[in-house]
Amino acid sequence: MTQYILRRLIQALFLLFLLSIVMFALVNLAPGGPLAGHGQTRHVRPERIAMLKRQFGLDKPLPVQYVVWLIGNDWMQIDADGDGVPDGYGARKGVLRGDFGFSFRTRKPVLEEIALRLPNTVYLMSITMLVALLIAIPIGVISAIRQYSRFDLAVTTFSFAGQAIPEFWLGLILILVFYAWLKNPFTGEPLLPPGGMYTLGEGFSVRDRLAHLILPVIAGALGWIAWYSRFLRSSMLDVVHQDYLRTARAKGLDERKVVYRHGLRNALIPLVTMLALDMPYILTGAVFVEMIFSWPGMGRLYYQSALQRDYPVLMAILILSAGFMIISNLVADVMYAIMDPRIRYE
Amino acid sequence: MSQVVEPEVPGIDASGRQTGGMPGGNVPASVPSFQLESSVPDQATALPITYTGLVGRRFRRHPGAVGGMIVFGLIVLSVILVGFSPYDPYASNMAERLQPPSWQHPMGTDALGRDFMTRVLYGGRVSLAVGLMVVVIAMGIGITIGALAGYFGGWVDSLLMRITDAALTLPSFLILILLGAMLREAELPFFQRNNVISIALVIGLLAWMTFARLVRAGLLTLREMEYVVAARSLGASPFFLILRHLLPNLIGIIIVEATLELGYAIIEESGLSFLGFGIQPPIPSWGNLLSNAQDNFTKYPWLAIFPGLMIFLTIISVNYIGDGLRDAYDPHKVFMKIGS
Repeated sequence: MTQYILRRLIQALFLLFLLSIVMFALVNLAPGGPLAGHGQTRHVRPERIAMLKRQFGLDKPLPVQYVVWLIGNDWMQIDADGDGVPDGYGARKGVLRGDFGFSFRTRKPVLEEIALRLPNTVYLMSITMLVALLIAIPIGVISAIRQYSRFDLAVTTFSFAGQAIPEFWLGLILILVFYAWLKNPFTGEPLLPPGGMYTLGEGFSVRDRLAHLILPVIAGALGWIAWYSRFLRSSMLDVVHQDYLRTARAKGLDERKVVYRHGLRNALIPLVTMLALDMPYILTGAVFVEMIFSWPGMGRLYYQSALQRDYPVLMAILILSAGFMIISNLVADVMYAIMDPRIRYE
Repeated sequence: MSQVVEPEVPGIDASGRQTGGMPGGNVPASVPSFQLESSVPDQATALPITYTGLVGRRFRRHPGAVGGMIVFGLIVLSVILVGFSPYDPYASNMAERLQPPSWQHPMGTDALGRDFMTRVLYGGRVSLAVGLMVVVIAMGIGITIGALAGYFGGWVDSLLMRITDAALTLPSFLILILLGAMLREAELPFFQRNNVISIALVIGLLAWMTFARLVRAGLLTLREMEYVVAARSLGASPFFLILRHLLPNLIGIIIVEATLELGYAIIEESGLSFLGFGIQPPIPSWGNLLSNAQDNFTKYPWLAIFPGLMIFLTIISVNYIGDGLRDAYDPHKVFMKIGS
């Protein structure tokens, strides 16, 4: 088991290394280069630019630049004024210590910008995923148990439809229906708010938060429900026809126990690994949902930064999500090995 | 009658009829002998006997798939026939702006007075074209990489699979946004003028991984087959082997994946255009039509309903077709009547 984990860990590290090179290349290729967040637009004197370049280690060869990008150069002596004599330390702390540069729009450190938005995205996406799972798992299980019944037919049709609906369109239609058309029967005002996390100026109210959550969660979760219910249904179907369930029934075991304790538990294994692989969505968020519902999260940060060509922020979010994806792949592999012992020995 | 010595097959006599079954065939005439009824050739009953024919027959028994074909066919037809529309998708006509759907304008008019149905169907041309190009590009890259990895194995396989894994862990949509933004700013003349091709290239570059994995997995099993060993021993080059023997056996899987990728590509392109990083106005695309509708869609809902509806219908029909194809190619699938 430890050997398996070790092997996967080494593969993950190698992947991280490969991805870091790709990210480094992207950072340098982005228009404006790595100095994009440091006052390029203002009229800067050439000597100042040269000094900045030296301070940031941009005059060194590429491999050194890569190392500097990773771990910074504030531990190295830098020759800042070009006279050949080192006279101070560098200005970068490196990606591994959280220095992603400065946002071009707001001149604040990128990490700070991200830290402001991250909790909101996690809040929305975790609730979305929870709702999706709570609905998808029972639907999938019942649909598999009663295969080819009318319920099953409805579920499969719904899952096809749910996967085909574009998220951004669904968001617009939901706003159209629940904000523009349907009105609250008592007050005559729109039924649900069209965006934002909470109503400004109103203090913390669970009802208010819930009202603001409903539409974004529906828009985000529908696709997931469609996908997970179909996945669980096919996984459950694979399991239900296995012989060990037949044995359990032949031994006189209660049908519900057969289905839930033996069948579902095994059918959930692929689902759990799929879930682990989809975890990165909690961070990167749904760009469309956040944009349409004006949710102040990472997705909307990414979109706004892309609109204004704020490359440091874009790169930072990309690096974080790629890294998180690799970690979640690793976690998925390990969990799969824990739950299905056959995997450990391949 | 010349004496033809027939080999003694127990149970079958010289005329092909089954006998009593004793080796040597000494059967008294009173034992009834059977004639197999299946002597009617397949062509007489019009049952397909080619691989594609069999697959087609199974496909046609799948109600969802047939429905999907019809809907998708209608969409493609209307997208082609919109060239005959009396309205110009680019000329503005301020007198008729923002009209709700009517007989002259079945989908209403947009903010510049252009007939919206014409715009939507021209947008369909763009979206479908991008989708098809993406599938072609993704198949080209993916099948090549998968074939090389699956056939040669060893370090080639390891290297290519590591690259594929790395590409899979990239957050593809975020990178698409980034590349879309960079392409527009980079001022390269090729990309500015050939918007559609560049978008297709960018999406295709991030969509080949599933093809590579499928082809590699298929080849790993197929290359041990005896006919491959035989062909190799006759001196077939790897190139010839892959193209002529191995890949044709994977056509089923590849086609199914291609239909699903078409749906995926259309959604990606629409999403990208919706955010403003894909096809730029005034060229219509379902995504950027939706984006233009965003400003006042509560007052003019038809601007938001129809483009999204077209995306939805296309994707769901393509998915049903893919599902039907998958079932048609699956040798283990039993076709049951629903509800029994």
